[in-house]
Amino acid sequence: MAARKSVKKTNVSAEELTEHYRSMLLIRRFEEKAGQLYGMGLIGGFCHLYIGQEAVVVGLESAAEEGDKRLTSYRDHGHMLACGMEAGGVMAELTGREGGLSKGKGGSMHMFSKEKHFYGGHGIVGAQVPIGAGLAFADKYKDNGRVTFTYFGDGASNQGQVYETFNMAALWELPVIFVIENNQYAMGTSQQRSSVTPDIYTRGAAFGIPGEAVDGMSVLAVKDAGERAVAHCRAGKGPYILEVKTYRYRGHSMSDPAKYRTREEVQKMREERDPIEQVRAMLLENKYATEDDLKAIDKEIKEVVNQSADFARTSPEPALEELWTDIYA
Amino acid sequence: MATEILMPALSPTMEEGTLAKWLVKEGDTVNSGDVMAEIETDKATMEFEAVDEGIIGKILIAEGTEAVKVNTAIAILVEDGEALDATPTTAAAAAAPAAVEAPAPSAAPVAASVPAAPAVDVTPDWPEGTELVQTTVREALRDAMAEEMRSDDGVFLMGEEVAEYQGAYKISQGLLDEFGAKRVIDTPITEHGFTGIAVGAAFGGLKPIVEFMTFNFALQAMDHIINSAAKTLYMSGGQMGAPMVFRGANGAAARVGAQHSQDFAAWFMQIPGLKVAMPYSASDAKGLLKSAIRDPNPVVFLENEILYGRAFDVPKLDDYTVPFGKARIWRTGTDVTIVSFGIGMQYALEAADKLAEDGISAEVIDLRTLRPMDTPAIIKSVMKTNRLVTVEEGWPQGSVGSYISSVVMQEAFDYLDAPVINCTGKDVPMPYAANLEKHALITTEEVIEAVKQVTYR
Ligand SMILES: Cc1ncc(C[n+]2csc(CCOP(=O)(O)OP(=O)(O)O)c2C)c(N)n1
Ligand SMILES: [Mg+2]
Repeated sequence: MAARKSVKKTNVSAEELTEHYRSMLLIRRFEEKAGQLYGMGLIGGFCHLYIGQEAVVVGLESAAEEGDKRLTSYRDHGHMLACGMEAGGVMAELTGREGGLSKGKGGSMHMFSKEKHFYGGHGIVGAQVPIGAGLAFADKYKDNGRVTFTYFGDGASNQGQVYETFNMAALWELPVIFVIENNQYAMGTSQQRSSVTPDIYTRGAAFGIPGEAVDGMSVLAVKDAGERAVAHCRAGKGPYILEVKTYRYRGHSMSDPAKYRTREEVQKMREERDPIEQVRAMLLENKYATEDDLKAIDKEIKEVVNQSADFARTSPEPALEELWTDIYA
Repeated sequence: MATEILMPALSPTMEEGTLAKWLVKEGDTVNSGDVMAEIETDKATMEFEAVDEGIIGKILIAEGTEAVKVNTAIAILVEDGEALDATPTTAAAAAAPAAVEAPAPSAAPVAASVPAAPAVDVTPDWPEGTELVQTTVREALRDAMAEEMRSDDGVFLMGEEVAEYQGAYKISQGLLDEFGAKRVIDTPITEHGFTGIAVGAAFGGLKPIVEFMTFNFALQAMDHIINSAAKTLYMSGGQMGAPMVFRGANGAAARVGAQHSQDFAAWFMQIPGLKVAMPYSASDAKGLLKSAIRDPNPVVFLENEILYGRAFDVPKLDDYTVPFGKARIWRTGTDVTIVSFGIGMQYALEAADKLAEDGISAEVIDLRTLRPMDTPAIIKSVMKTNRLVTVEEGWPQGSVGSYISSVVMQEAFDYLDAPVINCTGKDVPMPYAANLEKHALITTEEVIEAVKQVTYR
């Protein structure tokens, strides 16, 4: 329990820290519930859970401003919740119902929100990377001061289009933050087995893109790094790379037996570096909250998640006519 | 409050599984995340974790029980202080509305309906009296690769998760063990790159088998398949080509949405320089894949995730191959010809069974390869039945069926007693919602309807 013992006094406010706790817990509980609904056959297909990686998106969202954009892969539920998309709408998309954010037509991997500037939910590994730079291209074109958070995995970082994008983003000084969520595995392939560079962010150097490795289990470290990256982009200095070292606790998707790593490896990470436990300990240590306060938050979150699941179960299936809509504008 | 622990669904296509092992016993306390049991699906053995904390009150399904349906109560979880035999409140799953549909129809188990042996028109694929072994398509594909790798050491397999993980869909199970890491190669996720490398290796004298986890990801590599592999023989005036196989799952899976459920048969079929196979049965999967690996040309080999687990008779022969460009007649008939390939055959055969009950005799042809295509077999059959229905999962515009229609129109126009009908998937991206997905896919009823239309019944 190294992490818990080494909890430091913090100068982050009680409010802020509590907010991080709440946001991360919402993602964790939401994902656990999604796993349950999958087991019951209410959610079908692939379903990629974000459990373990909560600090990444919560930290970065706290460095973002209204109007900034974000997009990611199929492992997208956490990103949607963190940018304020309704839990009920996300869960109902997972169950493929009318009340889902894509009317049930997208599914777990494909959700979008114009209102929250969330541009998907992409199923093809690496494809969101140039698209993220394209959003930044539009922002620069409009000169509106916005930045785009483009999230992708360690596995995705081997796709050629990532480097084509790095070159153009640097060449045209696009306000895009490349967030590599390095959870150490791409399906069953560990990062060492697929890549010669242990620190992926160093690949930006070839294109003159600054970058850094970040402790992705610490929401405060992620937020700090996020603020540096945002400042760089907003100052018109072009792209920035954050390689956030994180870990997924569950299998790649629901049908992954995860035989490529030991239970001990997962258990150790959970016990020693869990992002939520770290913040929880800090809240108590700094006397920002009592056990009872935290229990109340837990209860509140459980309620939100249960409501989202009820909504996702009772929302009707989409009308059959929906099969034929939204194909052309 | 006691709750039931239900048999979980652990994959997109799982409907039942084996409760292989209990790792907890009655009276044990479990916490969220603890592994309670091991459950075997058709693809893998999975650990089943506790979601809620509590005490195992009663184990309802003993370990070793096979074919436990998803959502069956397998144990009872009680709270601290509660009697171990407390009766559970209705479990959450039972509260789910009846409206929730079962997985997509394509995932439903459909008995591979092997029609009564046709009397005429059929040259058997294997000598009479050959021993037949029930084999899944998954095993047949693996066996084909293993046999060819044994007999030609230039043959190697590369792709994502093919080696240590034994294949994302477990097609390459055991190959790493037998052939080693030199010949069974895990690649990074970089389809365009590794496909290009495989093409170069083929130019260099090797015989690569490239596995795409699914053909949706082959789109990343389209340039090398079409511009590099298919055209080099021609561009080099016959000096060099790309003897290789591109294989993997193609077509709709279950509930995986628009980017992961699509049939590219018609796309690849267009390309001169490529050969295209799309087997339905396990024996064809094996025989065609062996032929594909030996073929001196690039072959696109389109498999189907839903069919992987289905078993068919496969002849027990040392070297069983199926030639390209030779259709298989699954069922002879006189009133209508139904032409299909790949998973479309499931609908075609089912429809033919039901039509027979209504007194309509359908001849069912499985093309097996789309390029070369055995159009003479279609023409011959249409000359007899005078009516044609094509069946495929892909989209209607520019479909395989539309090509067949044009050939039949040019070569057998005078024999047609009704316009040809192409049964296809709907002209929409694949939706995720269970009810919409069902409607997007082709159905047996649609095939029956089409046959009734062309036979004016
Ligand atoms: C182009 C492409 N190839 C393969 C796949 C299948 N696939 C889906 S996720 C995945 C692993 C991706 O790993 P990573 O980028 O590290 O993201 P993580 O799942 O760890 O979040 C693979 C191989 C795909 N969806 N797209
Ligand atoms: Mg990863």
